Amino acid sequence: MSALLEARDLAVSIAGKQVCRGLGLAVSTGDCIAVLGGNGVGKTTLLHTLAGLRTPEAGGVFLDGASLASLPRRRVAQRLGLLMQQPEDSLPATVLETALIGRHPHLDFWRWESHADVAIARRALKSVGLEGLEQRAQTALSGGERRRLDIATVLAQDPQVFLLDEPAHQLDLQYQMGLLSLLRRLAAEQGRAVVMSLHDINLAARFCSAVLMLFGEGETLFGETGRILSAENLTRLYHTPVAALPWEGGRVFIAG
Amino acid sequence: MQRRLVPTTWLPALLMLTAAVLFLSLAVGSTAVPLHGLWDALTGGGDALTRTVVLELRLPRTLNAFAVGGLLALAGTLMQVLLRNPLADPYILGVSGGAAVGALGALLLGLAGLWVNGGAFLGSLVSTLIVFALAHGRGGWTPTRLLLTGIAVAAGWGAAISLMLVLGSDASLHSMLFWLMGDFSYQPGSSLALLVLAAGLLLSWPFARQLNVLARGETLAEALGVPVRPLTLAIYIGASLFTAVAVTEAGAIGFVGLVVPHMFRLAAGGDHRRLLPGAALLGGCLLVLADTLARSVAAPRQLPVGVVTAALGVPLFLYLLNRARGPL
Repeated sequence: MSALLEARDLAVSIAGKQVCRGLGLAVSTGDCIAVLGGNGVGKTTLLHTLAGLRTPEAGGVFLDGASLASLPRRRVAQRLGLLMQQPEDSLPATVLETALIGRHPHLDFWRWESHADVAIARRALKSVGLEGLEQRAQTALSGGERRRLDIATVLAQDPQVFLLDEPAHQLDLQYQMGLLSLLRRLAAEQGRAVVMSLHDINLAARFCSAVLMLFGEGETLFGETGRILSAENLTRLYHTPVAALPWEGGRVFIAG
Repeated sequence: MQRRLVPTTWLPALLMLTAAVLFLSLAVGSTAVPLHGLWDALTGGGDALTRTVVLELRLPRTLNAFAVGGLLALAGTLMQVLLRNPLADPYILGVSGGAAVGALGALLLGLAGLWVNGGAFLGSLVSTLIVFALAHGRGGWTPTRLLLTGIAVAAGWGAAISLMLVLGSDASLHSMLFWLMGDFSYQPGSSLALLVLAAGLLLSWPFARQLNVLARGETLAEALGVPVRPLTLAIYIGASLFTAVAVTEAGAIGFVGLVVPHMFRLAAGGDHRRLLPGAALLGGCLLVLADTLARSVAAPRQLPVGVVTAALGVPLFLYLLNRARGPL
């Protein structure tokens, strides 16, 4: 299977800190990859580099075999969606208007959003449980609702590759499960791919097919979840003892 | 549900308002012109005196006021996207402060007429360049850095203005104060502002959807394929230029650029494809109305138009704000 998104010999650093060095990563249809690492190790920086928003120190990122740097940004945005960790400052808008922003890369310069685009945005809002709030001011949402709105915006963008920075952050258990099931379904059934940073190891263990660990100092480890996600590696990753317990045919990880 | 005008009703409503305000402005003044007389004059008939009053005195001034109001509102709309801050207005980046220093400098030297306009235009350009160069700094420009640089530069201009007012002779003081509060009565009536307004709208409107995306955040806009850097640069230059032209034509008229975009947002939402033309029309109407009142309320005395703008706009805006249920 050919890779949708590929990092070749990628070196990334931020403020003199090495995030990764010589990283090779092929993201293919159906993949659901977790990026794990401690605070400030560079998960966000790596995701932004994979999205083409930062120039890598060395190596390159390739989308459908073409270098990201050589592709028009709009073309990239049609195939690649990024969820940011935190919302930015923005002007007032309604929930529906915000979700519709995700349709931007699919519209020609002179086109307005069609009924089909509005339907896509409404479906995206529904899939994160925000139906009925379409006309609400985005500033009137709670933190978790705001987070789900940002997720709905990426869903409305309808990309082939999802790059998600802490998608489960601020979500209740109910929405965490719903979202990650949805993402896994999108990957497995619709031929998309997901790369996401996660804080919760157990979400990674349960929903992700592969794991990329960022240890800091540019050291990385990538492989299938079953092989990489071990108590030993996690202990090394978080500098704190982690134990694995058997649970319903799988494993759960606990600290301490 | 919010109370919002149906998207298709705002444009005809605004156009009708614009026509009504323009007619009112032509009819009202030290000599009132009845509606049929107005029509005769506009179509080239009627008596010569009325024709002179309407076509040569009132029409240029009315159109100029409309264009200046439109430019200020357009500049305000663009600045608010650029800084992602609903408090941004055309003056916040020090453009008008620079213009005021240029204009007052000319008045202080005993110059008048076009020299004052030239001084204002030069001052606003210098201010724009200073803010742009300084805000760029080492870390590239962010909205906050731009805003702070602009505010600091504006504070500097403010001090210079105070100094000039103190140094000015009693004779020049009156014209200085009028200039600072905005005034159309000196104007020979050029069509520069109207041309710039038309060009500004035509050039900015095609990018309105990109502005919608940029209004949601810079990184998001970049991730969604918007060419953020060129777009923000164009917004900055465009908004500064519109402000410079408006200030040059009419002095420092506050409030329009800040409040008109909000009024329109409250009534018809924040989609820039509607907001850009809507704010321009609304800003034009507000200023024409204010200027009509300024020259007729205490006739033959003329009031500074900036004072009337505030007197009209402040209660209207506070009322809308108080009733608003939409996003804010």
